[in-house]
Amino acid sequence: MSRNLLRYLVVSAAILATCSAHARVLHVHAGADAAERLQTALIEARPGDTVQLGAGRFDAPDSLSLDVAHVTLRGLARDKTILAFDKQSAGADGLLITADGALIEDLSVENPKGNGIKSKGVDGVTFRRVRVEWTGGPKESNGAYGVYPVSSSHVLIDHVLVRGASDAGIYVGQSREIVLRDSEAAYNVAGIEIENCYHADVRDNLSTHNAGGILVFDLPGLPQMGGHDVRVFRNRVIANDTPNFAPKGNIVAKVPTGTGVMVMANRNVHVFDNTIDANGSVAVLLVAYVNAFTDPAYDPLPRDVSIHGNTIGKNGYDPTFEGGHALAQALGGAIPPVMWDGVVRFRTPSGSPSNDVMNLNVRDGPVVNLHLGDQGMPLDKANPTVTATLGAAVSTEPAPVMLPEGQADREDGGKGRP
Amino acid sequence: MPRALRLPLATIATALAGLAIAVGAGGSRSTPTGVNQAAILADGPAPSLQDYGFFLDAGADRPAPDVMSYDINTPLFSDYAVKHRYLYLPPGAKFGYRAHGVLDLPVGAALIKTFDFPADLRTPGQNARRIETRVLLRKERGWTAQAYVWNADRTRAVLKIAGAHMNVAFIDSSGRPRAIGYAVPNVNQCKECHAVNGALSPIGPKARNLNVDHDFDGIHENQLARLVRLGRLIGAPEPSLWPRTAVWTDPNETLEARARAYLDANCGHCHSRASFADNSGLYLDLDEDLDMTPGVGKRPVAAGRGSGGLAFDIAPGDPDHSILVYRMASDDPGVMMPQLGRSTVDGEGLALIRAYVTSMKPTRRPN
Repeated sequence: MSRNLLRYLVVSAAILATCSAHARVLHVHAGADAAERLQTALIEARPGDTVQLGAGRFDAPDSLSLDVAHVTLRGLARDKTILAFDKQSAGADGLLITADGALIEDLSVENPKGNGIKSKGVDGVTFRRVRVEWTGGPKESNGAYGVYPVSSSHVLIDHVLVRGASDAGIYVGQSREIVLRDSEAAYNVAGIEIENCYHADVRDNLSTHNAGGILVFDLPGLPQMGGHDVRVFRNRVIANDTPNFAPKGNIVAKVPTGTGVMVMANRNVHVFDNTIDANGSVAVLLVAYVNAFTDPAYDPLPRDVSIHGNTIGKNGYDPTFEGGHALAQALGGAIPPVMWDGVVRFRTPSGSPSNDVMNLNVRDGPVVNLHLGDQGMPLDKANPTVTATLGAAVSTEPAPVMLPEGQADREDGGKGRP
Repeated sequence: MPRALRLPLATIATALAGLAIAVGAGGSRSTPTGVNQAAILADGPAPSLQDYGFFLDAGADRPAPDVMSYDINTPLFSDYAVKHRYLYLPPGAKFGYRAHGVLDLPVGAALIKTFDFPADLRTPGQNARRIETRVLLRKERGWTAQAYVWNADRTRAVLKIAGAHMNVAFIDSSGRPRAIGYAVPNVNQCKECHAVNGALSPIGPKARNLNVDHDFDGIHENQLARLVRLGRLIGAPEPSLWPRTAVWTDPNETLEARARAYLDANCGHCHSRASFADNSGLYLDLDEDLDMTPGVGKRPVAAGRGSGGLAFDIAPGDPDHSILVYRMASDDPGVMMPQLGRSTVDGEGLALIRAYVTSMKPTRRPN
């Protein structure tokens, strides 16, 4: 009886505490049972609380997860607080976020068996000064995605570093209102991938030593489709030269090693003011979705694409895609800065012909047009021509992505910018 | 603990009710049957399973009178655990029939599921180690889920909100000794499977899953018919109109019906349009259009190394080139499906799905 009464009074006190306006800070230190204590804190946190991690390694045998809205999970610093999944035996992610308004900052995630940090179906998620790394270097057995918001809105990825992902280092899928800035992706298959997204600003990032630097894709058969309004600007896309190590079957396995920026399908994508250098296959690749599809709502063509003002160094000198070397030789030794497959038509699954207006505007030529014409046409049907520029369509640049007030500058422990 | 000793606690709770403070750890307003409704409806979970009063004995073998034992036609595989399911309905509570989806159980209802590991799966009724009991409680604001882990002498099961990992050994149905690392889910993991449009929901108690005879202390009766006869389930059409999920082990069912039932029970709770894996575009629940065979010609989206280097979720006629089969056959947490709820491969389920994929005509593959 007395123990129950005591428990009751403690619980009552805790409930009274939440009635106060003060958000709490729940401290979790490394050491024995750190992951269990951390998971308990993530469950017991209440909206507005911060879970503050100490220095050291937090060995997690299972995925960690956060399902309480408006919680901050904060370490001491990116290289001081490490969530280590080397001994993970269960769970498909390192950290899974399923509640709105999470802020994850100043910590690292190492060697998760699946994805690093995933958010699913949330409104408002911020990743700041976070590192996700598979420390054994690029390997097919590494997890797929480092930072992986999906089906989410108001996504901020800021000063994040991802290394070693066997799919995309920083992958944003089926989301909207995205700012991805000041981050670095290296030694992944794809450095940065924006897939089936609406309204994304990808800026001031470094993508290097991946197979492909920055990808903007749209795929069929998914709940959110028809990706549009993406700006890719002021990024450095340099020396993406790690041989593609993605498991076959995944769409990124088709990305040629040495690709700088690649746009597949989508509408209204603007690529400008980037520095794109030392990518062996091609600086910018513009293509239609290549596979057959059954989704009647899907458009496989890249439309309203504008490529201008980029600083394009030496690229295209070692093309790894099928027929690449022959093409390079025919074109004077290298693939021109921009390559377009020239697909302008497709048939809907019911067989009707499409009537898209491509509306391309590529200023940063020369441009090689493969003139494949019909979606699904194999590369050996290419009939390449090179022009100084391509198209002159005027498409309005998407407006800057606006995040809710407070998301970008939410209190960050007094550290400011690194 | 004798019930009388809990009374002062209830008195305090009543006194504090005016301060709008919820009872966190067990009031004791009991129904005549002994079930503690206050504990079901409380804001927080009770510290032990025994606090709810669902069972007459501490070991949770004998359900209280208003607690009904039930089965479902095709269950989720949980590392070969033997599961005992119970439904509690508050006195006099009724709920409406639904042809599709989970039955709309009333506030105050509870679903209770105990996980046992028999020492030898060939004699499932003997020498069982009781691991955990999960409860789903229908509160005013919706459902909540909790797991209670049993002590060694099976007298008490205590709340584990952060889950637990334990080693379990048993002899499997082929006589082979097995040792697995069993995971009791934490409350977030409960929700990963049990979420529909973001809200926690039961999975099993759908009309089509409950449409089967059950042994009620020696009396065999259809579970839905019993709920109708007791006046609990109202608005049900005549029995011939009740939908029914196939029993996945029943050789009298068609291969497709058994396989689709298995995929529904083991995959469909996440792989549906309103659930955790909706972003995958692969929907395996039986409420999907049955004319379409899900996964055929479907390419992986975000499978990563879960694709196993394969191009399609299902390659008709070719299980060895089907991602769905590959992921079922894995126990690597970065590859396997389901992602939660198992640490070992369901050999029998895998064999069924392999046979199903093998039976598909390759011509069903799109171009």
